[in-house]
Amino acid sequence: MELFKYGREVKMDVLKEVGNIGAGNAATALSRLLDKPIDMAVPKVQLLPFKEIAESVGGSEQVVLAVFLRVEGSAPGNLFFIMSPEAGKNLLQNLAGIEVSEDEQFSEMELSALCEIGNILAGSYLSSLADFTNLSMTPTVPGLAMDMAGAILSYGLLQFGEMGDDALLINTTFLEGQNEVEGQFFLIPDPPSFAQIFEALGVPLEHD
Amino acid sequence: MIDEQSIVKVAMADLNVAGPNGILRTTGLGSCVGLTLYDPVAKIGGLAHIMLPSSSIAREGQLNLAKYADTALPVLLNKMKGLGAVQARLVAKMAGGAQMFSFAGAGDTMRIGPRNVESCKEGLQQMGIALIAEDTGENYGRTVELDCSTGKFTVRSVQKGIKEL
Repeated sequence: MELFKYGREVKMDVLKEVGNIGAGNAATALSRLLDKPIDMAVPKVQLLPFKEIAESVGGSEQVVLAVFLRVEGSAPGNLFFIMSPEAGKNLLQNLAGIEVSEDEQFSEMELSALCEIGNILAGSYLSSLADFTNLSMTPTVPGLAMDMAGAILSYGLLQFGEMGDDALLINTTFLEGQNEVEGQFFLIPDPPSFAQIFEALGVPLEHD
Repeated sequence: MIDEQSIVKVAMADLNVAGPNGILRTTGLGSCVGLTLYDPVAKIGGLAHIMLPSSSIAREGQLNLAKYADTALPVLLNKMKGLGAVQARLVAKMAGGAQMFSFAGAGDTMRIGPRNVESCKEGLQQMGIALIAEDTGENYGRTVELDCSTGKFTVRSVQKGIKEL
């Protein structure tokens, strides 16, 4: 991307910090909800070709649960909270105390509870980000889907699709206990939003 | 026979063609459309994983022709002709164009699936190619395969299982 020609390292670090703050607050929210410590991996900021993006959640055909919100305001973008169906079941059991069935099926009630959990987490992600940057970022009503990762994530790439064949995303993984992946946040700002974020944080866009 | 067949993978915003021994495959179609053309006599097939309806919205310098419905179709057609396919014999099948998430008051971006489907249909009509089967719309992801030895088009989804078209 043109924007990253100058000061690439600094800009990538700033975006990592953006992911850190957002997901850090969401992890705290989740930790309070579950009354359990939740760890977080160091955020990854990646400029990836479209075809590789689904690989980070186990491949294009991998079935995932996803809560999707469109971010509106002065730095619009797409936000996904993605988890495996097993992690979704765990979350329901631990958090809502819902007796979950062993199979891969989810009832309407379970899906609606997961959507609400995703909504709470995404809300805390965005509000901390809005505070940090002083930019207005408001989430739309969330949507939930359980389907192939490729089919779901491609939805967040449409804005990038008009510009090229790569997307820049900020990816943060939640861990609960040893290596159990509890969920992943993907923030995919619309291409013009990067300049907004950098400007808000005082990162020079070009040579002074 | 089976072991002589080779799978040709087509990535998002890409296209490819194959002869009688090929199986063209693309995975995880959401709002994207998997558009296939097939010449049943020469047993030549083509598959495009189309992401956006029209190249008129492109703001990129170097246009990726495979990404847009209006530009992918002519490229696919030419590549197939290169392998010996005849335009008058071609038939089309397609799948995808779903609306994965539904929101109240969703904007145009959210309707991208149906718009991709419409745009593909327009293109086919302009070229006089008949669309003989489709599995489009609704709200689920699909993986598709075109078996070039038979023209059989298989659509796989998490919720609805396997469909043959």
